[in-house]
This record gives sequence, structure tokens and C-alpha cells, in this order.
Amino acid sequence: MSRRRVVVTGLGATTPLGGDVASSWSALLAGRSGVRTLTDEWASTIPVTIAGRVEVEPSEAMERVEMRRLDRSEQFALIAAREAWKDAGSPDVDLERLGVVIASGIGGVTTLLDQYDILKNKGARFVSPHTVPMLMPNGPAANVGLELKAKAGVHTPVSACASGAEAIGYAMEMIRFDRADIIVTGGVEAAVHALPMAAFAAMKALSTRKDDPKRASRPYDVDRDGFVLGEGGGILVLEEYEHAKARGATIYAEIAGQGLTSDGYHIAAPDPDGSGVQRAIAFALRDAGLTTRDIVHLNAHATSTPVGDVAEANALRLALGADADHVAVSATKSSTGHLLGGAGAIESVFIVKALQERLAPPTINIENIDPAVTIDVVRDKPRALPAGDIAALNDSFGFGGHNVVLAFRTL
Amino acid sequence: MALSPADVLAGLKEIVEEVAGIPAATIELDKSFTDDLDVDSLSMVEVVVAAEERFGVKIPDDQVSELATVGDAVNFIVKASA
Repeated sequence: MSRRRVVVTGLGATTPLGGDVASSWSALLAGRSGVRTLTDEWASTIPVTIAGRVEVEPSEAMERVEMRRLDRSEQFALIAAREAWKDAGSPDVDLERLGVVIASGIGGVTTLLDQYDILKNKGARFVSPHTVPMLMPNGPAANVGLELKAKAGVHTPVSACASGAEAIGYAMEMIRFDRADIIVTGGVEAAVHALPMAAFAAMKALSTRKDDPKRASRPYDVDRDGFVLGEGGGILVLEEYEHAKARGATIYAEIAGQGLTSDGYHIAAPDPDGSGVQRAIAFALRDAGLTTRDIVHLNAHATSTPVGDVAEANALRLALGADADHVAVSATKSSTGHLLGGAGAIESVFIVKALQERLAPPTINIENIDPAVTIDVVRDKPRALPAGDIAALNDSFGFGGHNVVLAFRTL
Repeated sequence: MALSPADVLAGLKEIVEEVAGIPAATIELDKSFTDDLDVDSLSMVEVVVAAEERFGVKIPDDQVSELATVGDAVNFIVKASA
């Protein structure tokens, strides 16, 4: 029996650029930034006061009573999953063949911290009975699974900033291995809060360019000084190819393969020789039945940190060789900020849009490109991708040395 | 001084609407929290804690299961406030 193929039939998102896929994508193509100065009361207590808040607050898309028992990450997941499910045509599927794989890097951290404040200030009796279902990292997946009554399995891989990509790869495998016909998958994050931001700042991981929020996230620029935290998420509906064809679904692209490796090097720093990234790319290409010649676009992890961007760029150059010359590399975190566990997912949504519209989105804020970067970065304006069969890669890396590469292609 | 049943009912209506999103107009003394108003066990905990705070009474955990209807809760709170 030949391997079951997996295609993308629905997309959903809520991001610092827009409350859905269409508005996020058009803002991305227009070169906008979703980063802004935080107005939260606590913002003055931490050294970094900028972040990519979602453009549309969940309260504009959801009833108050539903919201109050959901962590913000769960609200993002439901909002994006509802859009993706509708976009897929609300398929009539055997519920025992429907699964959910949605990741988060940190889980319900704002719930945890808010409830801890209540515990300290008012006492144990006042801690919400919804706290555990709200703070558990599998909460976003569980709530989407509950809403869709999915019975093939609900899962949450966790690998820091690679979580969203790992979830999508896991979902692909579930369909390949005949555990399901449709999986709602992706990643979300809602960690814009004083504690996680102070903690990332303590690692010197965040940009301190607080006077110029829209230009703070600047992957590959010589003056980049750290990432900008973003929030939101992206959701994809993955479906077995024959199943999608049989119901006449609109097929956006095929998810053709994944490559997973680990660095075994450092808990937070990328391995400077980039061998883990190179191996992940090689595995993804082999799994997808593609070669470096087929790749025309890559959405890089490129978070705007001094060390990470160049380490990744070097690894891409080594992995793709001379073929890197025809790969249009986009670093969309320049516009969205870094969505942590949502990053690999929203960037996969952008890749599917890029393949569909044959348009690589721009990387903004590069005033002077770092001379150490020897890959072809799409700057300032979108770039047309070639006609014919084309393929693209999505890189995601996470603290802990996790490397995940997903391969998508036109169909 | 004991609270009046009418005041307690009005306060409970506000709490149940806030916690469970049930319109206050549909909340009556003979309505069952679980069967009629669809207040699940987690939300019931929230209702109890909010009622304790609002009315200044204690509702022990072993009494909560006895409060099947809105009227049961009103009676308990009025008695406890006496």
C-alpha cells in the first residue's frame, strides 16, 4: 500500500497583524509590524515594554461567559480553529477519524500567575475551580477537541518555540499512519505577562528597542538585539488526500514531510555549527521525496537574536548548497514578533498562503544586512515565486535544542 | 440581622448570570442549578464562593450538594445570615 498523502484544506489565525488569516496575510504582504508599546499596568515594572499583542482581542470574537473559563491561549486556539474549520467547509467526518494536535510552548501561564496572585491576596478559597483546565498546556487542544467532538486523539507536543511545528508534523503522521482522516492542528501562545517577559529579558533574549517598537524585530539586520514577544496562533486543517478529493474540498497545498533532530549542545543556545538544523532539513526533504532543487521558499525561524539568526542562515546555506541561491527566505517574525509555541504554526499558515498565491512575504526592518548572512532574504516587498510545481520549508527551533523542519508543496 | 429572601434571590441571580451566563430573568426559586440552569460542578463552586463573599456567610462544602434549587440556596443563605 502506498503511503497516505496529507493535504491542507483549511486555515485559521489570530495574530498581531490581524484577527484572521486574510487580514494577517495582507498586513504581512504590506510590510506592517504588529509590535506595539504595552499599555498594561505592569509594563512599567519590567525592562522591556513592547510586544506583539493580537490585533483583535478575543472579546470581539467570543462571548464573555465562554471567555471567562478559558485561558487566553485557549481563546486563541478556539478562534483560529473555528476559522480553519469553517474554511475547510465544516467537513462531515466520522468523529472517530477526527483528531486535534495543538501545541503551546508555555501553556496557561497568565492563568497560573493570576491565580497565584488571588491565592496570595485573598486565599485558597478564592482560587478559581477552572484554574487547572485553563493552565494545562494541553488546554488549547482539549478545548478544540471538545468543541469538534474529536475522538481519534487529542495531543499536545511541547518543544518550546518548535512546538507549533512539531504539532503539525505529529498531525501529519497521525493521518499517514491511518489513525485519522482529518486533524485540526497548529500552535498558540499567550505569554505577554510581566513574569515571562522579565524571564526572557533576564536571559538577554528580548530586544530592548522600546522607543521604536515597529522596528524592533529585525532578523538579519546588523543591529538586531533580540526577539520581540508575540501572541496568537495559527491553525491548519490537515486531511488525507483521497478524503479531501472525495468531498470536493479546496486543497491549498500538500504537507509532504518533516525532519526532526536535536542538538545535544546547550539548553538555550543554538549549536553554532548548525548540524542539527542541516540534518533536519535533509530528513524533511527525504521524507517528502524532494531535493534542494525543488525548494523555492523558506520561512526561517530567524527571531532577531544576534547568535540565532546567523547560526540558522549558515546552516541553511550548508544544507541547501548552491540551490540556496533560488530560495526566497522570509523571516516573518519581523512583522509578527515571536509567537513561541505558535510560531511554527502561523509560519506554516503563511507558507501555505505563499504557495497558493506564489508570493513570498517580505522581511521588514533590515536596514543593513549582516554580512555573515549568505542566503537570499526577501526584503521589504513580497517576491513572486515561480510557476509550476514548487515546494517550501518551514524551520522552527526551540530552547532545549529541538529542530523541526516541515516541507510543503503545491499540488 | 437576617437578609431578606428577595435580596438574596436578586443577588444570586446576578452571580449566576455572571458565572454561567444565564439571563437573570430565567432564574427562579424552583429552578435546579444542574438540570434547569445547566450550571456544571465547577461553575457551582464559583457560585458558592461568590455567594459567600457577597452575603458574608459560610456555605460548607458538605452542604453544597444539598442546594439543588435556587430556592434551596436562598433559604440556606437567609438562615445562615440570621
